[in-house]
Amino acid sequence: MGTTTFTMNQSFPMNAWYAVAWDVEVKKELLARTVCNKKLVLYRTSKGTPVVLEDACWHRLLPLSKGTLYNDKVVCGYHGLEYNSDGRCTFMPSQETINPSACVKSYPVVQKHRFVWVWMGNPALADEAKVPDIHWNDDPEWIGDGKLIEVKCNYRLVVDNLMDLTHETFVHAGSIGDRNVAEAPFDVVHDENSATVIRWMKGIDPPPFWKSQLGKKMKYEGKVDRWQIIKFEAPCTVNIDVGVAVEGTGAPEGDRSQGVNGYVLNTITPSTEQTCLYFWAFVRNYNLHDQSNTTELREGVSKIFAQDEDILEAQQQAINANPNREFYNLNIDAGAMWARRITDAMVAKEQN
Amino acid sequence: MRYRNIWVEAEVCGIAQVAENVMEIKLQPQVGTVPFSVGSHIDVMVPINEVMEVRSYSLVGEYTPNTPYTIAVKKLPSSRGGSSYMWMLEQGNRIKISHPTNNFELAYNSKNYLLVAGGIGITPLVGIAEVLAKDPSNKVQMFYIGKNETDMPYLERLKNCLDSRLTIHFSESMGTCDTQEIIKLAGEDTLLYLCGPLPLMNAVRKNWEQSEWPNTHIRFETFGASGKMAPQAFKVIIPRYNLEILVDENDTLFNALEHVGIPMMSDCLKGECGLCMVDILEHSGIIDHRDFFLSDDQKEENHKFCSCVSRVANGAITIEVPYQGETISK
Repeated sequence: MGTTTFTMNQSFPMNAWYAVAWDVEVKKELLARTVCNKKLVLYRTSKGTPVVLEDACWHRLLPLSKGTLYNDKVVCGYHGLEYNSDGRCTFMPSQETINPSACVKSYPVVQKHRFVWVWMGNPALADEAKVPDIHWNDDPEWIGDGKLIEVKCNYRLVVDNLMDLTHETFVHAGSIGDRNVAEAPFDVVHDENSATVIRWMKGIDPPPFWKSQLGKKMKYEGKVDRWQIIKFEAPCTVNIDVGVAVEGTGAPEGDRSQGVNGYVLNTITPSTEQTCLYFWAFVRNYNLHDQSNTTELREGVSKIFAQDEDILEAQQQAINANPNREFYNLNIDAGAMWARRITDAMVAKEQN
Repeated sequence: MRYRNIWVEAEVCGIAQVAENVMEIKLQPQVGTVPFSVGSHIDVMVPINEVMEVRSYSLVGEYTPNTPYTIAVKKLPSSRGGSSYMWMLEQGNRIKISHPTNNFELAYNSKNYLLVAGGIGITPLVGIAEVLAKDPSNKVQMFYIGKNETDMPYLERLKNCLDSRLTIHFSESMGTCDTQEIIKLAGEDTLLYLCGPLPLMNAVRKNWEQSEWPNTHIRFETFGASGKMAPQAFKVIIPRYNLEILVDENDTLFNALEHVGIPMMSDCLKGECGLCMVDILEHSGIIDHRDFFLSDDQKEENHKFCSCVSRVANGAITIEVPYQGETISK
């Protein structure tokens, strides 16, 4: 393993589960999505099973998403060829038989943690156990919601962004960002498949967002211990354990009972080299039955992420405008660099 | 999905006889191999009467990085020259091959698989069996039919891989295989993968279609090579142009028509698309329909004829062609 560069080569492994939609987005109608440069069509059968097919008719390549769904089959909107959920052609116009090679690719699909996941690589390796752990998204002890943002940048720029929250100070000033984040030291640990950035800010004034969240659980005005534990799971899932607790009540040692805890769940699917499907959710383990809190948080985080989106798209354009330039890396980029190196290794392994 | 063929030069880097009439050939492309899924084939350019033609051969086994492609070629007595050419290859020879493509893709959405191979039809199924056997949660049954032990390639390899899940049928000593029995091994979620000579495929397909199992659960691979009868020359009369031609035992009606200047249309040249059809006006002898385009009923009617693969045995055929120009010109 050599150096970790920030160049924009083919940047995603194929043998991985990628979130392609929120579960509720996949309905009994055709939905077009692009994952790993492949155009896909999604739908749900009458039994409730999500289906992902290649979005190009075997015959004349018209996107099948321009067709219709009829009896759990996709009917091409051009000449009426029909495909079942395995991608097998089941009807051809004006002939009594069906060409034996007529089919479109059907991809392995799993629905888990409120997302529909697709496996774009070797289907023999599509093991359901490899779906990234985002269990907080449907764990009864947690509540929350999220959105999908289609960001016009390479997915790794979003991972970079999440792996270093120093940016909160500058991009999200006034909500979650303040000088404490930029000034606090952090630790980075990693293994073959993951990298974790741990940052504790002890004895600080809570930023406005956390002050109000803590207020939903208890009356408290003083200083807090704040944490951000960012865990990257290759190739593109980043779960961030965040929260504040009353100063000195033992949160760093593991007792978070005097605080509020949230998870920012992120999984960023490469769509093309220049676009990604960024699925996120914010979940909390307090105030579980307050639906307004859920909506407020979703919309609040949504505004915060719009700030990131603006930065990330501008960054991608700057990369395009400077094709011979590479990034410099700072100490704060350690988490992002480990994430990239792990992903690079996955990509390299597939290409050998 | 169809992909444009990418042709590369490859070197023959291994030759071994793996059954009485089967030669295993290892091919190393100059540009390196590319990953393929089981069930894939490569196309090979073979010179036939000094004209380059394309033959398809299934890849044996799974893709392994930095390992040559393996194909196995059966020597056919009725070969049009493809297999004889392949059998003459020697270590170090260079030939043109395509990157692998897959028309026989393995679907992983079931846990229940029935693999049926006849003779050289085993080639795409070796890799499929090996991949499926790796996952202990798959229920895999293979039925492998051949003349006798010496005539069937990869028997040991499959025994090692499948053990008791492999049923071997020697037609020489055991007689014709009862395909009805094969279908009985299937269930509601069974996917059937089938490759072999046309009569076997037709019999299995017919049994399957009459069974309660979904038609879409059957997948088969064709290379349009075999028929009910051994190929023989046949006479073709085309009244519109006052023509009588002889289709050689090594030739097809499609080629013969083009040769005399009747323009024809085709896509697959293996009896799947139906574009090369001609109308039968009269015939004697037996029409040996070798295509997969016409339904059984249509074949019985004998009104249409797929000129790229189908033949006439012990007789002649009078046809109308789609070309209706006043004259034909060569």
